[in-house]
Amino acid sequence: MTALLQVHELCLRYHGGPDVLLALSVEVRRGEVVALMGRSGAGKTTALRAVAALQQFDGGRIVVDGFALEPGPVPPESRLKPLRRRVGLVFQSHALFAHLTALENVALALTHVLERRREEAEGSARQLLDALEVGARAAALPSQLSGGEAQRVAIARALAPDPPLLLMDEPTAALDPARRGALGRTLRRLAAVDGPGVGRGLLIATHDVAFARACADRVAILAQGMVVEAGSPGDVLDRPSHWATRALLAEQAS
Amino acid sequence: MSRSILTAVLLVAGAAGLGAAQQPQALLLWGGDAEGGAPFVEADPADPSQVRGFDVLVAETIAHGIGRRARFMQVQWSSIDQSVERGDFAIGLSGVEDTPARRVRHAVTIPYFEFREVLAVRPEDRGRWSALADLRGRRVATLGATMAYDILVTASDSHGVIPVSYDDDVHPFSDLMAGRVDAVLLDHIIAERSLHRLRGTAFIVEPRPVAVGHYVGVLARADSVLRDSVDVVLRAAMVDGTLERIYRRWNVWDESQGALFRRVAAGERDIAVDGMIGAGSVWAYLPSLGRAAVITAVLSALSMTLAILVGVLVASGRVYGAAPLRALMTGYVEVMRGTPLLLQLFVLYYGLAGVVRLPAFLAAVLGLGLNYAAYEAEIYRGALEAVSRTQLEAARTLGFSERQILRLVRGPQALRYALAPMTNDFVALLKDSSLVSVLTVVELTKQTAIYATNVGSWIVPGLLCAVVYLAMSLPLSRLGRRLERRWRLA
Repeated sequence: MTALLQVHELCLRYHGGPDVLLALSVEVRRGEVVALMGRSGAGKTTALRAVAALQQFDGGRIVVDGFALEPGPVPPESRLKPLRRRVGLVFQSHALFAHLTALENVALALTHVLERRREEAEGSARQLLDALEVGARAAALPSQLSGGEAQRVAIARALAPDPPLLLMDEPTAALDPARRGALGRTLRRLAAVDGPGVGRGLLIATHDVAFARACADRVAILAQGMVVEAGSPGDVLDRPSHWATRALLAEQAS
Repeated sequence: MSRSILTAVLLVAGAAGLGAAQQPQALLLWGGDAEGGAPFVEADPADPSQVRGFDVLVAETIAHGIGRRARFMQVQWSSIDQSVERGDFAIGLSGVEDTPARRVRHAVTIPYFEFREVLAVRPEDRGRWSALADLRGRRVATLGATMAYDILVTASDSHGVIPVSYDDDVHPFSDLMAGRVDAVLLDHIIAERSLHRLRGTAFIVEPRPVAVGHYVGVLARADSVLRDSVDVVLRAAMVDGTLERIYRRWNVWDESQGALFRRVAAGERDIAVDGMIGAGSVWAYLPSLGRAAVITAVLSALSMTLAILVGVLVASGRVYGAAPLRALMTGYVEVMRGTPLLLQLFVLYYGLAGVVRLPAFLAAVLGLGLNYAAYEAEIYRGALEAVSRTQLEAARTLGFSERQILRLVRGPQALRYALAPMTNDFVALLKDSSLVSVLTVVELTKQTAIYATNVGSWIVPGLLCAVVYLAMSLPLSRLGRRLERRWRLA
C-alpha cells in the first residue's frame, strides 16, 4: 500500500544561501504517527512548510495521497485546492485568528471553504472542541486562552475540514510535562480514528525525545539536510547509531 | 522683532504729539494688502520690493503732511482692522470701506475716495437684471467681509439672492465667465480693473450703481489724535489738488470724487454710510452658524467616506498589486501627501475649470477626500501588514482563497488596527475642511470669520466656533475609543 505522504529526496535552499534540506526522504502512512526529530535549525519546520505548500523547494518530490508538488515556486491557491483538503497544519505559535472566538476559528473553514450551513458548521466545530476537551472555551477569544487551550483549538481548526494528513510543528514547546502526556494520547487517538491503515497520518516536528518515545510509531532523525536514522522509537532512541541522534539525546538528558 | 521696535517708535512719536518738526527719519508705518493689486496697492513690476498704487500715494501724502516717511507693511486685507488695533502699524489704507461698525470700533479718517458698488454680468445678460431685486434665486459673487457682501446677505433675505463669498476679487469674475455665478457685485474700481485685464469684452458692468461707499484710513481706536492730524492732511490734499492728481495718475478720477471733496470741505460730518450696522447679538448669528456647522459636518462625513473607499483601494493596490500598480499607488500617496491641500483645492476648482466645471461643494468633497485618501491608504497598508503572517498562512492551509483571506482574516483585523489612526484623521479632516472656504463654500470657520469681522472681535465668535467643533469631534473620539475597546485583539 502506498504511503499517505511520500517525501522523496527533498532539496531546499533559501535564496542562494546554503542548502537547508539536501535530500530529505520520509513517509507517513495512514494511522501512523511519525516524529521528525532534530536539533533546532535542522530544517524540521521548513520541511513541514514545504509539504503544506507554504514554501517552495528546489528538488525532489512531495506526494500527498496522490497529489504531487513539484520543485519551483508555490503554485497559486486555485491549483492547490486538492492539497488543502488533504493536509492540515498546526503552527507552533497556533496562529489562531485573533479577532474570532475559538468556535469561530474552527467553524470558519467549514462555512467558507466547504460551504456548510452555519448551524451545521458550528455543530461540527463544537463537537471537535468537545473531543479536544476545550468545549468550555468555545466563546473565548484567542487572547483569553492558555497555551494548552490555544493549541487544542488550533488542532481542532486544522482537523475541521477532515484532512487525512496532519502536520504539527513543535506541539510540546509550550506545554508542561503533564499536558505533554495528555497531548500524546490525544494525537494517538487522532491517528487511529478508524484503526490502523484507515485513520489519519500525523507528521510531528519535534525535538522532544520523551514525547516522541511516548506517542510516535516511527521516528526520523533529521541532520545535515537529510534523514540520518529512522525506525521505531525503541530502535532509534534506545540504540542510537548516528552521532546526531546521540547529540539530540545528550542535549535532553542534561 | 524689528516690527515691534518700529511700532514702539511710532507710538512714542504719536504720544509726543505730532507737528511738522519731527526728526527726518520718523516713520509712518501703514498697512495694506498688495495682493489686492492695482490701482490700490500692488508690487512694483520694476522693483517688486516696492509697492505702488493710489493708496500708496495717499499714504505718502499723509506721511509727508505729518512730517514722517511712509513705510508699507503687508497685511491680509480682511485682517487690517484687527491688525491696526493690536498695533502692528499706525494706519490701514487699502480700499478700506467706511462702515458704521468700523466707525464705532476704530478711529476712522474722513472719506478720501467714493466708490460705487456695481453689478457685473455676462454680455448676453446685459440689461436683464438692473437691480438686486431682479436676481431672485441667482448666485451673486463678491468678496467676503465687505460692504458688498453685507448688501448681498440683506438681499438674500429680502429678494432671495444667493450670495457667494470669495477670498479674493479675481475669481468672482472668472467664475462669472465660467457660468458658476450669474453676477458679481463689487467696487467699480475692481470691476473696471478686471474688465481691463480681460480686454473689455468678457463681461459688462451695469451702469446703475447698487450702492455708494467710501474708502477711509483706519487707525486704532486709541489713536484719535493721530487720526485728527491725518484728517487735516487729507482735507488739505483735497483742497490743493494733490488727491486729484493722484487719482488722475492712476486713472480713477471721476466727477463724484470732486463732489465728495466739496462735501468734505463744506464740513459735512456724516457722509452717507451704507451697509449693515453690525448685528452685535450672538443670537442673530446662530442660525447661520448652525447652517455652516451642518455644511462642515456633511462635507467632512462625505469626504471621509470617499477617503476611506479610495484609501482601501490604494492600500490594496500597494499590498497586493503587481509592481507597476504598486508604483502608481505609491506615486499617488507621495504626491497627495507631499503637496499642500490648499494647492490641490485651487487646482481642482480653478485650475481644471476649463476642462471640468465642478460645483464648489463637489470640488470640496473631492479635494478633501482624495487628499485624505493618501493618509488613509498608508494607515491601511500599515494595518494590513501588521496582521501576523502565520495567521495568513494558517488561512491558506485551510483552503481559503486570497480574496477570502483578505475579507475574513486580514481585513477585519487590519480594521481594528486602523481604527485609532482613522479616528484621528477624521478629527483632523473635520478641521481641515475649513480650507474649502477658498472654493466659496461657507463652512463653520468661514462663517465665524464673517461673524467676527462684523462684530469686530474674535472672542465670542471664536469661542462659539470652538465649541461647535468640539461638539462634533469629541463624540467622534469617544465612539472611536468605544469601538477600540470592544474590538481589542490582544
